[in-house]
Amino acid sequence: MAEMWINMGPQHPATHGLWDLRIKVDGDMILDADPQIGYIHRGIEKLGENRNYTQFIPLADRTGYASPMTWAILYVLTVEELMDIKVPPRATYIRTIAFELQRMASHLLFVYGMAENVGAMWPPLVYAYRERELLLDLFQILTGARFHFNYPRIGGVKWDIPQTFEAQTKKALDVIESKLKEYERMFDESEIFLMRTKGVAVLRKEDAIRMGVTGPTLRACGVKEDLRKSEPYMCYSDFDFGIPTGKNGDLYDRWVVRIAEIRESAKIVRQALDRIPGGAVATKVPAAVVKSVTVLDGETGYEDLCVIMAKVPKVIKPPPGEAYVRVEDSRGESAMYIISDGTERPYRIKIRSPIFCTLSALKYMMRGARVADVPPIMEGIDILLSEVDR
Amino acid sequence: MDVTTLLIGKARNVIDYFADPVFNWGRRNSIWMLHLGIKCCALEWGPFIARFDAERFGIGPRASPRHCDLMIVAGPITHKFAPKFKMLYEQMPEPKWVIAMGDCAISGGPFFDSYNIIRGVDKLVPVDVYVPGCPPRPETMLDGMFKLQELIKKRKGGYYTCGP
Amino acid sequence: MSAEEVAGEMKKKFPEADVRIPRASRLTASVKKEVLLDVCSFLKDAGFDHLSSIAGVDRAENFEVAYFLWSYEKKILVTLKTAVQKENPRIQSVIKIWEGANWHEREAYDMFGIVFEGHPDLRRLLMPEDFVGHPLRKDFKLPEVE
Repeated sequence: MAEMWINMGPQHPATHGLWDLRIKVDGDMILDADPQIGYIHRGIEKLGENRNYTQFIPLADRTGYASPMTWAILYVLTVEELMDIKVPPRATYIRTIAFELQRMASHLLFVYGMAENVGAMWPPLVYAYRERELLLDLFQILTGARFHFNYPRIGGVKWDIPQTFEAQTKKALDVIESKLKEYERMFDESEIFLMRTKGVAVLRKEDAIRMGVTGPTLRACGVKEDLRKSEPYMCYSDFDFGIPTGKNGDLYDRWVVRIAEIRESAKIVRQALDRIPGGAVATKVPAAVVKSVTVLDGETGYEDLCVIMAKVPKVIKPPPGEAYVRVEDSRGESAMYIISDGTERPYRIKIRSPIFCTLSALKYMMRGARVADVPPIMEGIDILLSEVDR
Repeated sequence: MDVTTLLIGKARNVIDYFADPVFNWGRRNSIWMLHLGIKCCALEWGPFIARFDAERFGIGPRASPRHCDLMIVAGPITHKFAPKFKMLYEQMPEPKWVIAMGDCAISGGPFFDSYNIIRGVDKLVPVDVYVPGCPPRPETMLDGMFKLQELIKKRKGGYYTCGP
Repeated sequence: MSAEEVAGEMKKKFPEADVRIPRASRLTASVKKEVLLDVCSFLKDAGFDHLSSIAGVDRAENFEVAYFLWSYEKKILVTLKTAVQKENPRIQSVIKIWEGANWHEREAYDMFGIVFEGHPDLRRLLMPEDFVGHPLRKDFKLPEVE
């Protein structure tokens, strides 16, 4: 058979994002893969040099649109390390709850994509979206938006959690956990799903570590590595949760790991809601808070603010220096490297995206697979072009 | 103008008077949209279809541009993607419509001063409806769709002319 | 091995390297680009098998390339920095040591114009192939928009 290079993209319903996947095929078998990215490169790193530190928070949200809360929290954590700010414990707990809810929403998006791509089409897709809508409603009462929240602030969070949040979250978590059992039955007892995912796109442990792969894809290969345990940030060391791993590094293991991670995230959120410092949830959404966010110390209304926001100056000017902070995002290790030169605009922002590194390992995953396996493989690494291209 | 052309013109007007509403009714109640999810706004298609059920209005996504009449541009167009985007637009058969969804497609959005973004998709293709928001809520999207349906209702010379 | 022990070993082998420990499990080292590959091989053998990122920075007098390395067993993060001259910037590629450096180096080439010698396929990654200029350099200005 003749070998040839085929282009899948940029507009293609199954490639999940705008990129050009060039694959070398021999008939139906894939021999090599050469992704071409850059179709949604907006130059966020350069735009960061043209914004001040607070103005970059919405851009950080839009770096990874399927889990914007995690990117915004990563950015404010990095600036806080630069400025050596101690965030109040209540704000840290609120951030952790938002982070884990975002992880669950992102993994439900993965379930939706996986269902669509292995051919399960409408029912599981709609069910996953139904559960994701519960989480988006939670975010709506917490932050006011369905996604692109602009919620974390340098020094804390924008406002306190409202009165109905705790009860609604617990109800949503109960519903999601019961539905997870339904998904597992639907997919684990389906012969088509097992045939399409077991043994497909196997990535060996050595290749994964060599290529810099992190996150659920690495854990599916059998490496028990999670930044929340190996280098705990925020308040993860206070919680009791497990790190699910796979055995073979194939597509099925990536599925299993992510479903298990939804359960572990739900555990963390429940523990955080029970132990959140500052006593009961605030009895009012303080309007004074929104007005006094830029208030310097000594003025009234600041005491309400202290639980969710550290004392930061009105104009953020970190001292000259640099910081590199890594977090365990839904897709792997995300990191930001910010260099400050003492002015109110960053000198350099460098964003490390987990999928960027996983995509460069694509050729190892695709060898031996068939063309029809390409969409599930793409969804299996939970691809998000926005953070690859930035 | 001679008598034959005048008579044909009048006949066409009469036919249009009866045929236009029928064809426009058909077109606006079965809009097939192109699966062009560029960026974040594309995530709102899921709830658009799943929770708010766009299909009851006849709106359904299709993969190939040759099957579609609507292209929803959900995200910014970069210089790298612009030629391919024009090619996609040209592949769609007439009559076709474009909705610019989200601030990035309308004017560049939060990335307005980027070196790689075209500030507004209407610099490349003619746009019929602008749906603002970053991202627009699914209800806003539905409102945009209804406005498009109103536009199609008013279309004249339905079945034989091309163009909007 | 703790960060202090790694720092001690590095200072013994590469006395000209500027090694510091800013806080627990963090190590920063600035080396000259001539010894970069030796330092990287030493760190890889010492257990730093995860290359987190390669960042290019446009400083006033030269370009700086920063490598962020993590060891899964020691749990130490090393920031390795090296300076490259601005006229005709060239530096050795570390792709033979960490294969994951492939795309990071292509991006640094695309954004700054730094040529990585030994890279098998150095071409632009994010910008179009025929683009002229390197966007993240400080002399590349963003367009003015009212």
